[in-house]
Amino acid sequence: MHSYRLTHLKELESESMHILREVAAQFERPMLLFSGGKDSIVCFHLARKAFFPAKVPFPLLHVDTGHNFEETMTFRDELVKEHGAQLFVGSVQESIDSGRVQEETGYYASRNKLQTVTLLDSLEKHKVDCAIGGGRRDEEKARAKERVFSHRDEFGQWDPKNQRPELWNIYNGKKRPGEHFRAFPISNWTEMDVWQYIMLENIPIPSIYFSHEREVFKRDGVIYANSPVMRLKPEEKPYQMRVRFRTIGDMSCTGAVDSPASTLEEIIDEVASSRVTERGSRMDDKRSEAAMEDRKKEGYF
Amino acid sequence: MKDNSTHGYLDMDLLRFTTAGSVDDGKSTLIGRLLYDTKQIFEDQMEAVEAASAKRGNGDVDLSLLTDGLRAEREQGITIDVAYRYFATPKRKFIIADTPGHIQYTRNMVTGASTANLAIILVDARKGILEQTCRHSFIASLLGIPHVVFCINKMDLVDYDEATFTRIQKELEDFSSKLEVRDIRYIPISALKGDNVVDRSERMPWYQGPTLMYLLENIHIAGDLNHIDRRFPVQYVVRPMTQEHHDFRGFAGRVAGGVFRKGDQVNVLPSGFQSTIKSINLGEREVDEAFAPQSVVMTLADEIDISRGDVIVGANNLPESSQDVDVMLCWFNERPLQVNGKYAVKHNSRDARCVIKEVKYRMDISSLHKADGDQTIRMNDIGRVQLRTTVPLHFDKYQRNRFTGSLILVDESTNETVAAGMIV
Ligand SMILES: Nc1nc2c(ncn2[C@@H]2O[C@H](COP(=O)(O)OP(=O)(O)OP(=O)(O)O)[C@@H](O)[C@H]2O)c(=O)[nH]1
Ligand SMILES: [Mg+2]
Repeated sequence: MHSYRLTHLKELESESMHILREVAAQFERPMLLFSGGKDSIVCFHLARKAFFPAKVPFPLLHVDTGHNFEETMTFRDELVKEHGAQLFVGSVQESIDSGRVQEETGYYASRNKLQTVTLLDSLEKHKVDCAIGGGRRDEEKARAKERVFSHRDEFGQWDPKNQRPELWNIYNGKKRPGEHFRAFPISNWTEMDVWQYIMLENIPIPSIYFSHEREVFKRDGVIYANSPVMRLKPEEKPYQMRVRFRTIGDMSCTGAVDSPASTLEEIIDEVASSRVTERGSRMDDKRSEAAMEDRKKEGYF
Repeated sequence: MKDNSTHGYLDMDLLRFTTAGSVDDGKSTLIGRLLYDTKQIFEDQMEAVEAASAKRGNGDVDLSLLTDGLRAEREQGITIDVAYRYFATPKRKFIIADTPGHIQYTRNMVTGASTANLAIILVDARKGILEQTCRHSFIASLLGIPHVVFCINKMDLVDYDEATFTRIQKELEDFSSKLEVRDIRYIPISALKGDNVVDRSERMPWYQGPTLMYLLENIHIAGDLNHIDRRFPVQYVVRPMTQEHHDFRGFAGRVAGGVFRKGDQVNVLPSGFQSTIKSINLGEREVDEAFAPQSVVMTLADEIDISRGDVIVGANNLPESSQDVDVMLCWFNERPLQVNGKYAVKHNSRDARCVIKEVKYRMDISSLHKADGDQTIRMNDIGRVQLRTTVPLHFDKYQRNRFTGSLILVDESTNETVAAGMIV
């Protein structure tokens, strides 16, 4: 007899497609936050599947810190062109130039925190009522608490102690004018699921996820790509190394891993045997025990 | 192309489970223990937990800090909202919802439990059955969770005493005979010390049954979905309006029950029009059949008007259609349920409004009987309620289908989700 059983990846895929369609149906002007990282690429892939043969019915929004890896930008632009997607860019540089935010200074300066202002400004400018993000609950303990449809008040704030109950697969996207939602279609995926799915579905990803030669330097045990956006301390000497990136964020806070993995299979083996989380190499989370919760309350992704 | 480990991973199934039980019975500690003993905790996570435990000045590493992620939770040592955690063994992939035991946060417990195939209900061996044990067991049964595992926890604090375990098991058996759960198990454990969680306890040789992990890996879950009654709530109408797909009108949704095949005769509700399935697509790929819980796009042979909220069903097996809906409600809001009050209803992809006609009874949680006296349904109460909706809903009883038998109520002035309803 035929067994009607889905593997866990197919079940996750199905759940995510359902969520994306709920977003498209319940909101006037949703947008997909697109960073060029693997999670947002997977979200876009799922959206293409959910609405095929129609185009993805919402535009992409990139919050651009100006400190991007070149490979990610090239990848982003090619993806937009290939699929005829519409792309909006919110620029942190513009937020700085117009005096909305102030650039951090010093060796540890990062634009990561400034992104929140640019993000909220962009959502307001484009009248976005739901921002779809590639956040996963396995990434961080505060994210582990977040609903799939996550309500934001008129200041863009998240109230973690007072979230709406979210039952079965019924999502309540009702809101007042000025408020908005964040929706997380791949909430229930793990890093491993994402990699396995990329392999299963043959999804293209930026080259810097694979091992490559690059000029790097070490700071507090973390390997960073050397680039004009990083200010080196006198004792920090850049050198060549084979590395890859496990996550792609702003250059100023994303660490590389010492890795020879140059195929998806090798990456998956590496992820399977890894002893630190993927955010373990991100400085932004290490600032304090509740760093992520605090940033999210203010309106961070 | 793939080695065995990769290949195995591509062929695993998914078990969603939840924890439940009274405050401090050890739910979060148990999840921490499961993750720790299956080596799913990363070094940076463990370092963070060790540092946080040290800061609190208690000697042992507090494993509950692995899931209690909010500042307020860590400060108070309690769980406030559901935390989702993930782990995999070579056999299965697991999604855990660690839920709060405190009565004030029952709505978050229901959130975590609504999608679970299995509930672990913890009982403190020193305290036995408490009111929250009853409430959560009853909610698990109402939510139609097919498998319940009662873990009698903190056995280390009762000298691993068999008689204590047997007495609590007996009490639970008496209580749960009034519940509708297919499969109930009992395990003596210590979440703190690890007995019978992943590793078999040497301190309880009198217990012959499986460990918790063994159950989680082996419990049979394939039969938990409805593959009989064909139900397809339409979420979204796909209209590409391109040259290539000029007249294409596809109906996107997630199969809520049964198996749909190309060529099947179907009915569309509420219009009642009949047609046959012309195609089924999963992304770019055309498929011959679709079953719950797959997300697909269907096209029909005839041009009929279908929009979001409609439901495509098997032609010879219709759901109930009615504006009068009888539900068991879990109430979540500080403001009590208003008889004659109006609320928004969400049922599958259908949005409607309703008026509360009548509270038939409020449940007394500890006796599982109808409560005497005041029938007002307040926060965390459960009761049987009659709704009248503005348009007919097309539903099955919740016991028959968790998707087509569930609904939520939304307060129209605050937009808050105020109740979960299971259609009876
Ligand atoms: N001795 C002993 N203590 C335990 C055991 N399990 C949990 N505890 C302790 O009981 C206390 C409460 O544990 P938690 O895991 O936070 O309880 P909880 O059920 O998650 O509580 P809420 O989520 O707030 O409802 C902590 O101090 C734990 O260390 C056990 O098996 N033995
Ligand atoms: Mg807890």
